[in-house]
Amino acid sequence: MWKRDEAVRPSGGQSPAAQPPAPVAPSASVRSEATHHHLEKDIVNIGKSVVIKGELNGSEDLTIEGHVEGTIQLRDHVLTIGPNGRIKAQVFAKSVIVLGEVTGNVTASDKVDIRDNGSVDGDIIAPRVAIAEGAHFRGSVDMQRKGAPAAAQPKAVQPQAVAPQQAQSSPQPVRA
Amino acid sequence: MGLLERLAPRRSEDGRSDRESTAADDPVFVTKALRKFLAALTAHESPVLLDLGPVVGSNVSFFGEQLGCKIFVEDLYADIDRHVRGNKLEELPALLKKRFSQLSSSVDGILAWDLIDYLDKASAPVLASELTRLLRPDGALLAFFGTVQSSETQYTKYIIADEQTLKHRNYPAARGRQTILLNRDIIRLFPGLRVSDSFLLKNNLREILFRKAE
Repeated sequence: MWKRDEAVRPSGGQSPAAQPPAPVAPSASVRSEATHHHLEKDIVNIGKSVVIKGELNGSEDLTIEGHVEGTIQLRDHVLTIGPNGRIKAQVFAKSVIVLGEVTGNVTASDKVDIRDNGSVDGDIIAPRVAIAEGAHFRGSVDMQRKGAPAAAQPKAVQPQAVAPQQAQSSPQPVRA
Repeated sequence: MGLLERLAPRRSEDGRSDRESTAADDPVFVTKALRKFLAALTAHESPVLLDLGPVVGSNVSFFGEQLGCKIFVEDLYADIDRHVRGNKLEELPALLKKRFSQLSSSVDGILAWDLIDYLDKASAPVLASELTRLLRPDGALLAFFGTVQSSETQYTKYIIADEQTLKHRNYPAARGRQTILLNRDIIRLFPGLRVSDSFLLKNNLREILFRKAE
């Protein structure tokens, strides 16, 4: 006879009309702060006046406008050498964008991009290399296409003394 | 794998310019020796190329991505300019003697472009000797020689459009061509190499492909 009111649930004193609290949407200011913090985390700049000597390692994208001597390792990230950047280092990164000056070998797992007015003196190892009109480059470019094994490289053929040019895998950190 | 791209070669009315031309203005010329040079280069696995001209991004992409070359870029035109402007031309032969750090017989192909025309009598044989040393047996060297005297002080960037076509882009130089070499002078310059092919083009440029004996 009595139909149980399905809407009524025995509870600890809550009124039937009470609704579970809806998730509170973050306010606009909190959201922008989070975005700003997120952006801050992803963009790291080394300013013009900064001089670093030694090993520079990181796990995020990096832009350098200062001076760095030694080694720079950003294995899975993008390194940007800004127009004021002056690098004398061995560089290892996912991608390298050069608008300033780099003296040293550059190894990238994705791409090296030398922009107009950018300068690289050294050897580049990367599957893709883009060099803009007006850029300066002196050295070698090895895109490691067609799967040539390292042992087949011509340098191994003649055991004649010559000034070493390529020191790609042996970083020499400069200590302050 | 074909590398040919059909382009209708467009001849410029006057390929000369005393200022650097823009990409859209680059005159386009047919080349007959480049294809043979590329064939010689790609006969080797993972070929090593030495480019004596200024870096050209599209050339690097062409040789690196399409042909799988390792490319050494050594802009000797800039070295000439530096010595001319610094009044140190007498030091140029000594520089050329120790300029290249590559091992002997380690390079499969050399692009000398028209560099030799800009060298004086003291420097040209030194460079020729070094290039011969660097070239691997059966390696190839491609060089261009002017056949008409010119007073213009400009260099030319040679941009590979395809196997049969080059774009010429002029840019300022510290001094002009130094000499017009006759065929016998050119052959004497490279005693360790033999002339494999020689073409006289309608733009008065002589293309010569040298090969080193195996």
